[in-house]
Amino acid sequence: MNSESYMQTVIRRFRRHHLAAVSLLVLFVIVAAALLAPVIAPYDPDELAGPFSGAPSREFWLGTDQIGRDVLSRLLYATRISLLVGVMATVISTVIGVILGLIAGYFGGVADMVIMRFTDMVMSFPYILLVLVAAAIFKPGLWNIILILGFVDWPGIARLVRGNVLNLRETNFVKGNIVAGMPLRHILFSEILPNTVAPILIYATSVLALSILDEAALSFLGQGVQPPTASLGNMLNGAQSLTVLTTQPWLWIPPGLVIITVVMAINFIGDALRDALDPNGC
Amino acid sequence: MDEKKMPLIRVEDMKKYYPSRGGIIMHTTGYVKAVDGVSFEIYEGETLGLVGESGCGKSTIGRQLVGLERPTAGNIWYRKDNLDALYRNRKEMRRVRTKLQMVFQDPYSSLNPRKHIYDILAQPMLYHHISDKAYVERDILKILDMVGLPKTTLGRYPHEFSGGQRQRIGIAKALSLNPEFIVCDEPVSALDVSIQAQILNLLKELQKELGLTLLFVGHGLGAVHYVSSRIAVMYLGKIVEYGPAAEVFRNPVHPYTRALLEAVPVPDPGERKTEHRLLQGEIGNSTNPPAGCRFHPRCPYAVEQCRKETPMLCGIAPQKKEGTGGQDRETAPAHMAACPVALSGLEEGKHG
Repeated sequence: MNSESYMQTVIRRFRRHHLAAVSLLVLFVIVAAALLAPVIAPYDPDELAGPFSGAPSREFWLGTDQIGRDVLSRLLYATRISLLVGVMATVISTVIGVILGLIAGYFGGVADMVIMRFTDMVMSFPYILLVLVAAAIFKPGLWNIILILGFVDWPGIARLVRGNVLNLRETNFVKGNIVAGMPLRHILFSEILPNTVAPILIYATSVLALSILDEAALSFLGQGVQPPTASLGNMLNGAQSLTVLTTQPWLWIPPGLVIITVVMAINFIGDALRDALDPNGC
Repeated sequence: MDEKKMPLIRVEDMKKYYPSRGGIIMHTTGYVKAVDGVSFEIYEGETLGLVGESGCGKSTIGRQLVGLERPTAGNIWYRKDNLDALYRNRKEMRRVRTKLQMVFQDPYSSLNPRKHIYDILAQPMLYHHISDKAYVERDILKILDMVGLPKTTLGRYPHEFSGGQRQRIGIAKALSLNPEFIVCDEPVSALDVSIQAQILNLLKELQKELGLTLLFVGHGLGAVHYVSSRIAVMYLGKIVEYGPAAEVFRNPVHPYTRALLEAVPVPDPGERKTEHRLLQGEIGNSTNPPAGCRFHPRCPYAVEQCRKETPMLCGIAPQKKEGTGGQDRETAPAHMAACPVALSGLEEGKHG
């Protein structure tokens, strides 16, 4: 038995994408830095440690903000928060999307119609508005942002899963297992779901990138993660003022760069995954 | 053969209509009458061959028999039990499901591409307590050996096998649940010709060895003849001829059966018939089938009566008394055809 396992095939194909391999490395470094923030951050992110709006120096590598907090320390903690929001929102929307998609696709009929019309409704809503209204009704805060973003991003996944399930339901191996008298949970979770994991994973990477961007946008508008907690978005908040924009670039370039790098890395990885998980590839 | 033998499967006036939907506002605009009043019996240990063109409803019958779908009307009896009643009881259903299995046409889509062959075969066996953790590997190896696959099959994925090997795995999967009855839904039509014979032989051997009862659905007459003890010929949702395989092949009565047999290529140039009456036209529309005999628009012998009256299956007196199985049953004649024109022609021929 010298056959290549599925995972080995995927890894081999993934490594052909050099950009994605580099992205994975970069993302790994950023995630590690974020996770290790308490260890490597030189200052407490909320501590007023230095001069107001101090330029980068030996003590403060990325300078200090308007009230004298260390930008580097805040950046590390902000990346942590932003990644947390992105990952949690993606997990929530994926779980909702997969469950609704499975039900709609497998059972069809009335369940399908109700779920898909609801999906259309959520999709057709101008979502920035929805998020702003939701953030205004429920007090803006870390967990509310996660829930709101999670609830906004699931329709795409639900549609994707439904479409796949509709196809898989008609395949002979699913029918064969029905004939073999296997229970519904086996058919849904052991036969159908594993065959639709690849597209879900690919879609989830784009949801992850979007969620991070959305969090940044919301926090930038002041409806997201609330200060003093740092997030990449509310660190950019300062850039709303023209003086900061023109004379204090150390306040907005670092968080901006981190957002761009993270989102781009995730998207490159998603692209490579699409090729690596393609069942028809070689 | 035992005279008062119970049929293993008895189908009584089965109908399967699929609603066809359309219009600006979706509504049911009509029904596709895939199977329209079909009755037959399958006895223990025999193979019933079901032949017909694509779209005549033969695969639909197979799906009803294994419970993938429920017939619109009519009854299916499995030994003494009505399947419809059995399926209402979850526990009974679990018991019966394993007894009625299916081998699918397309071996490429009948195995989950994400699972090892071991998992594909072991999971149903463990779920139904046909085997347990300690013995399941040994049991699977025994079945793989029966279908002619090596031990190394277990740890592999379906995509590593050829069509013929996959069909063997498909057969192994059906066998693993100790079934009594297997529907073979065109099991060889997706395979290379050289492999077809191997699979047909395998099915024949397994049937003999395990005493299985088979419904063999197919459109290749040669294959169906080779494995079947009796044959039912279908046209547009109805059985038009039904009888012992040898008898149907030797004395086809219904014009459709004759046309099918004439379409079989003859490998010997000397034997080649000079005249070929090939069928003209397409199989009719099953949403709105032709009135009277459904075959009449394509039938070279059609008379006025055929356009009006729906012919029933009638017995044909066997020309020579033979000891073929089931023939000496008193209630129903062995060989039946639904064509009064051909039947009366046969009578005249005998008298004249």
